[in-house]
Amino acid sequence: MEYEVVVGLETHAELATVTKLFCGCSTKFGIEPNTQVCPVCLGMPGVLPVMNKKAFDYALKAAIALNCKIDEFTNFDRKSYYYPDLPKNYQISQNYYNLGADGYMDIHVNGLVSRIRIHNVHLEEEAGKLIHPEEVGADYSLVDFNRAGVPLLEIVSYPDMRNVDEVESYMQTLKKILLYTEVSDCKMQEGSLRFEASISLRKKGSEKLGNRVEIKNLNSMKSVLRALEYETKRQTDSLGRGETIDRETRLWDEVNEKSARMRSKEEAQDYRYFPEPDLLPVLVDRKWIAEIKETIPELPLAKKQRFMEVFKLSDYDTSLLVEEKVLADLFEDCIKILDRPKVFCNWIANDLLREVNEKKLDIHQLPVRPKQLAALVEMIEKGTISSTIAKEVFSEMILTGNDPQVIVEEKKLTQINDEGFIGAVIAKIISSNPSAIEDYKKGKKNALVFLVGQVMKETKGKANPKMVNELLQKKID
Amino acid sequence: MKIKKKDIEYVANLSRIELSEIEKETFVHQLNDILSYIEKLNRLNTETVKPMSCAIDVTNIFREDIVEPSISLEDTQLNAPAIKGVFFKVPKVIE
Amino acid sequence: MRLSEYTALQIKKKIISREIRPIDLVEHFIKRIKDIDHDIQAYLTINEEETIKKAAQIQKKIENGENVGILAGIPIGIKDNICTKGLHTTCASKILENFIPPYDAFVVKRLKEEDAIILGKTNLDEFAMGSSTENSSFKITRNPWNSDYVPGGSSGGSAAAIAADLSILALGSDTGGSVRQPAAFCGVVGVKPTYGRVSRFGLIAFGSSLDQIGTLTRDVKDAAILLQVIAGHDLRDSTSMQVPVPDYLNEIDSGVHGLRIGIPKEYFDAGLNEDVHNALKNALRMYEQFGAKVVEISLPHTEFAVAVYYIVANAEASSNLARYDGVRYGYRTSKPNGIIDMYCHTRSEGFGNEVKRRIMLGNYALSSGYYDAYYLKASKVRNLIKNDFDVAFQNVDCIICPTSPVPGFKIGERAKNPLEMYLSDIYTIPANLTGIPGISVPCGFSKEGLPIGMQILGKHFEEKKLLQIAYAFERETDFHMKKPVLKWSTD
Ligand SMILES: [Mg+2]
Ligand SMILES: [Zn+2]
Repeated sequence: MEYEVVVGLETHAELATVTKLFCGCSTKFGIEPNTQVCPVCLGMPGVLPVMNKKAFDYALKAAIALNCKIDEFTNFDRKSYYYPDLPKNYQISQNYYNLGADGYMDIHVNGLVSRIRIHNVHLEEEAGKLIHPEEVGADYSLVDFNRAGVPLLEIVSYPDMRNVDEVESYMQTLKKILLYTEVSDCKMQEGSLRFEASISLRKKGSEKLGNRVEIKNLNSMKSVLRALEYETKRQTDSLGRGETIDRETRLWDEVNEKSARMRSKEEAQDYRYFPEPDLLPVLVDRKWIAEIKETIPELPLAKKQRFMEVFKLSDYDTSLLVEEKVLADLFEDCIKILDRPKVFCNWIANDLLREVNEKKLDIHQLPVRPKQLAALVEMIEKGTISSTIAKEVFSEMILTGNDPQVIVEEKKLTQINDEGFIGAVIAKIISSNPSAIEDYKKGKKNALVFLVGQVMKETKGKANPKMVNELLQKKID
Repeated sequence: MKIKKKDIEYVANLSRIELSEIEKETFVHQLNDILSYIEKLNRLNTETVKPMSCAIDVTNIFREDIVEPSISLEDTQLNAPAIKGVFFKVPKVIE
Repeated sequence: MRLSEYTALQIKKKIISREIRPIDLVEHFIKRIKDIDHDIQAYLTINEEETIKKAAQIQKKIENGENVGILAGIPIGIKDNICTKGLHTTCASKILENFIPPYDAFVVKRLKEEDAIILGKTNLDEFAMGSSTENSSFKITRNPWNSDYVPGGSSGGSAAAIAADLSILALGSDTGGSVRQPAAFCGVVGVKPTYGRVSRFGLIAFGSSLDQIGTLTRDVKDAAILLQVIAGHDLRDSTSMQVPVPDYLNEIDSGVHGLRIGIPKEYFDAGLNEDVHNALKNALRMYEQFGAKVVEISLPHTEFAVAVYYIVANAEASSNLARYDGVRYGYRTSKPNGIIDMYCHTRSEGFGNEVKRRIMLGNYALSSGYYDAYYLKASKVRNLIKNDFDVAFQNVDCIICPTSPVPGFKIGERAKNPLEMYLSDIYTIPANLTGIPGISVPCGFSKEGLPIGMQILGKHFEEKKLLQIAYAFERETDFHMKKPVLKWSTD
């Protein structure tokens, strides 16, 4: 029997506000435990929440970017469950009304576009953090409430994904959109972007969905994909043995690469949602939506398509360019100064990314300006420097932010186009490498390459390579 | 709708309240009294009535995203039943 | 006249003119509390040291001719569900027995800014859940007019403190009548302001959409001055309204000539106590003599108010009280066997029966499969009740009715039947469901000598008009001046 995998994802992204959702405590990451708290986010008796406007705006922005319908009326609800990291033992979230609903996101898989529908986008508060001590036999856990109350965006997809490639693309695309709209920093290692998956199997061609299994504790995109592969196999095997799949929640065990039942449907939580009486409803009018729309930049997929069409760049190159908004912006700013799309695309998609990876640079902190990159390209075209030297200059530029002219000047890297000077160097090289000359005359073309290299080395790479080639050839032929 | 002992047990669990057998019996009676009184609401047809969850008619109340000082660790832990260093300490939580 | 019998307005004049020193005043009250409060049990905590320190500071300011706040040197009792920084705030519950808030409630901050002196924290039904102050985990407050009777509740401690001259001013909280009903039972003035008029920040929540902090005072003018101080917008409470606070004392004596007073016919049915009925009839006659027009109105959904209230208030309470889990503050059971065990035992040992019953009822009404039938249904009927009032207020300036159907009841009399206890709040609950303001003023005495209260209800944010209407009655009567004879007193 052939089965089709049906996957839906629930995404939580911490919003990039400087304060928490309902109080003025800072949201800074990595601060000493329990020092970024106040009576409100500790859920002390008598305190009340007041909504952070920016968090609401960010959530609205994300919902619009995900093509959601925005109802005029929205409200917040309490979701009740007991957990020591949840200060009030209810989470302020949305249930009866969502900020956004019925949206979609287009994803690219193997050159094809598929549309994944978004069930809803809503705003809620983050919980604190539980720490389980390492010591053997410890009978306690510890709680840090610094994260408690950080604004959290929840994005719930429909079960529209059919394989891990689509799941991966969904996660990547969503992350890019959240980064482009600047609503979240999406740092998975800091927990500011998290995924939960639900998966079911059904007979190929069948419309009816199988029993859904939810998987939690997925710490990276990789674990999402691994857990789904594991779960697909587990369910396939199970169905193959004629068993039925229970509707349940399973926990992914990263170390042992398997999942285990956390709770069954019968033990499902009874969240007792009801309207949060301490907050008032929010009415979102058209003007507000229009204002938010203004702040949404061109999103990655649209940008990619435009780059391919307008600049005739390859699929591969454009995906690298739009991977990060700063890169795409840099590219476009360069083009405005000097109309060389392919050249700039190469510099950014190849050289810049290589330097960033090798030197582990923060792509958002690069000091290099579009004007400088354009100047560099101009210097090559004018023959002021060779393209080899240009690479050296470039790696200095992205470290220091200095102008290429200044670097070339200071390091005396200007290309040598003086025929007399080059001729003299060539003469010197020829006389000190008689065996290479002989090899060349015997027909070994490699020897010429060697000799050119020697000349370049002697001139510290500054000699005009084209000129070296021509002069050398003339001399020894 | 009559509340039975198992309903009381279910709700007691939701409420994280431990009840003795005698308390369960008492609560079965008392809650049934109250709920049968509440039944009177069913005499009203409310199909077209909008629910009211707030006594005032105001919307869109926000604060600005501006950092305010948090409280001292001393105040944070002032009332804590159990702490360990900077943390609150609770019995072991198993996922 | 005894020092403790003055109203805030009277004593204020004497303090400013240096006829009375704040330090003598507060020492007098502390001594009086020590002498007689063991019989009344109005207070849970006496803030003795701070009180004397603060009185000395204010005295110095006055002697130096510095500016002082409008409540300078005047002692006030605060219901123990309102947070006071550094001072125990217990909600009369074992679960918060040792709780010391690290912050002041908005109203407490305002009182301190106006140089009032926080004399102590007053008793209440645990988490304000009750109508008799019998549900306190620590003590049962007695009605100063008759120690066999309850003082009403849940702000029974505050009401009794005013009636027995154990404070000049007091704050309470009113979720279903908890300021107005004890005011009526103790023969004092109680105001429940409009929902949103006074910030709830620092009021330990019971029913969040119903709770409102209110005042308990000897007379209407004191209510006006105290409300003046605590009313106003607060950024920390989303439901606090940005409506200007008028000068409540200004024009308080403008009378009721030409006003239309609505009398809801549903409130004067067979269940009403005869003494209460007669007192109300008398009061209404007086209003007519003052030039008001009394008209009959109808609030057809009155009989559903209690049912709606017990679903809404307890649903909210079940969620509000979920935070008492022994993790961050409050009582924790000893030697818990795991986290769930800790929750269950902490809460079972920390909460009293009434609180448990309400948490259970609230969770039941919200639980899977019952939400629509209970919570949602109640929220809809709540709207019908609100609509009744909207219609009524198109024709009248205020509504007058009894505060409570009975003049009071004996300690223990209703404790065994929760439902009967709930039903005694029938006249006060609608104001909480609809958010309108209400005031209870003394309007007579029963055959047994217990005070009777008259309730005046008004439109949203019309506290000023209510105070005027109440004062028109008060200035022509002396019910509010009567003092209980404290036969157990050594004073
Ligand atoms: Mg969620
Ligand atoms: Zn905080």
